[in-house]
Amino acid sequence: MFRNQYDTDVTTWSPQGRIFQVEYAMEAVKQGGCAVGIRNKTHAVIAALKLSQDADLSSYQKKVFKIDNHVGIAVSGLIADGRILCRYMRNECLNHKFVYESPLPVSRLIRDVADRHQVATARSWKRPFGVGLLCIGHDQTGPHLFQTCPSGNYWEYYAIAMGSRSQASKTYLEKKLEDFESCDLDALVKHALRALEESCGTRKKDDKDGKLTKDNCTVALVGEGNPLLVLDGEDVAQYVDAIHAEQEEQAVAATAAAAAEMSIDGSQGRDATADMPDAPTGGAEEGAAAAGEDAPASEGQQPMEEG
Amino acid sequence: MIPHCQLPSHIATGPHVSPFVSSPSHAGRAEDLHVPSSGSSAPFSVAPSADHAEASAGAEPRKHTTYPYVTGNSVLAIKYKDGVLMAADMLGAYGSTKRYKSVQRILRVNDTTIVGASGEISDFQYISNLLDELMTQDFCYDDGCTMTPKEVHAYLCRVMYNRRNKMDPLWNSLVVAGVDKTSGSFVGSVGMLGTSYTDSHVATSFGNHLSRPLFREFQRDDMSLEEAVSLMQEALRVLFYRDKTSINKYVLAKVESSGVAISKPFALDTKWDLKAFVNPSKHAVGSW
Repeated sequence: MFRNQYDTDVTTWSPQGRIFQVEYAMEAVKQGGCAVGIRNKTHAVIAALKLSQDADLSSYQKKVFKIDNHVGIAVSGLIADGRILCRYMRNECLNHKFVYESPLPVSRLIRDVADRHQVATARSWKRPFGVGLLCIGHDQTGPHLFQTCPSGNYWEYYAIAMGSRSQASKTYLEKKLEDFESCDLDALVKHALRALEESCGTRKKDDKDGKLTKDNCTVALVGEGNPLLVLDGEDVAQYVDAIHAEQEEQAVAATAAAAAEMSIDGSQGRDATADMPDAPTGGAEEGAAAAGEDAPASEGQQPMEEG
Repeated sequence: MIPHCQLPSHIATGPHVSPFVSSPSHAGRAEDLHVPSSGSSAPFSVAPSADHAEASAGAEPRKHTTYPYVTGNSVLAIKYKDGVLMAADMLGAYGSTKRYKSVQRILRVNDTTIVGASGEISDFQYISNLLDELMTQDFCYDDGCTMTPKEVHAYLCRVMYNRRNKMDPLWNSLVVAGVDKTSGSFVGSVGMLGTSYTDSHVATSFGNHLSRPLFREFQRDDMSLEEAVSLMQEALRVLFYRDKTSINKYVLAKVESSGVAISKPFALDTKWDLKAFVNPSKHAVGSW
């Protein structure tokens, strides 16, 4: 039952200098539903995968929260803990607004939340929060994307994913990182959803075949001149449909290119290149790459979870 | 007697003019709230409740913070094309005595904001400390965010109103001015009781009566720095001629997007040998 004798409370160190309770809390974050965040020059976006107890009998659990007009969070881990932090963050934003009549800078909000996380790792009568937050916001220093951790650490990112199977999303983000900074808002949302789909597991209960649907994901975005907007259901459907349509196009192009290649191989000397337009050939490379991504994502879920 | 030749009483005993001199006939008048009376009916004193009176064994309520001792007078601020301009003299008056003559009443808060104060100097020093703490906080966060003039203004509103609610007001009228990266130049005022407004030009104390009419006529948001400075000097000169608790030693401060600049003290050219000044009572029937 116990991993060792040093993990029963948060004020006991292991001889290796670790605090196991905090590490267990971080494990809870890894088990939580996946969330992806990306930032460009003007905007920040999060997309999160909602889980449900039973796809038929219950709704999906809400895990993206609006904090203020300029800040939003996605929660992975114990959503109940997340709600408490959410309330705290809303309070901080309101208090700041009451006193200074201006939005609270995002970095300060995150630092305050992280301090709260940290306190729970250093008091014998407390337990660490079992949540990680992805936080997007916009303030006088531009758009921001932060991640917090039960240990009290926090980081700012251009793009990041957290939660179960998030490694697949991170792989996508690393591959496309160069595109984010200058792409427009629509493209940014699509990138986030594509990254999220990488982490979409094939769950028996859902039987969604590892696909995003309008019901199992939420998108939030914020940026210059854009107060925080949370997209759910039909609002997110257009983006989900769009990325699925693009994927299909690419798949078709890929098979066409493959077929063309076959026929070229089969009949050397035939003037096949003439009636093959250039565009599909270009698309074929992308399509092949996309297919290559898909394969490890769907097969490699189990090992990913450990990573 | 011709009515309008009488000196209006509210000017003679205005807020920052002569806190110590108050004729008994004015004591307790509603519109003279600013003017402390030497008697027991001091403004802003709280009638002790029954149990409080018992606790303090019939002692008088604390009153020494309910009227000012060393005061500064008008602060003026206007917007111009590239930023804002603020001016104030350097007098710290003890009642009507010109007691301290090198009081800096314009405070640089950060790279984008300045605050000017009239009223009780010690209360302004306290406010300066508050603002200093906030700036230290900004520095410690080390995240590139600094307070904007608008935020400083809102904060000071809260502070002033909070102290008013404690029946222990900070005896100041404040002017906040600066430039904001996003919303441009800002000029706003906070009163002793937490009242506030923003405008293209702002003045406290006597400046409200004597300088703002000039500003209303000549100030434009797109005026050049040179125009703004000469308008400001004109306004200061008008004030100096008529306000007895002011001295001819001024400080001018400007804020542009490049930062804050506060001038060294300077004096204005004045001219007193006007015919009307030789025998001032000649044209004022009823004076002596």
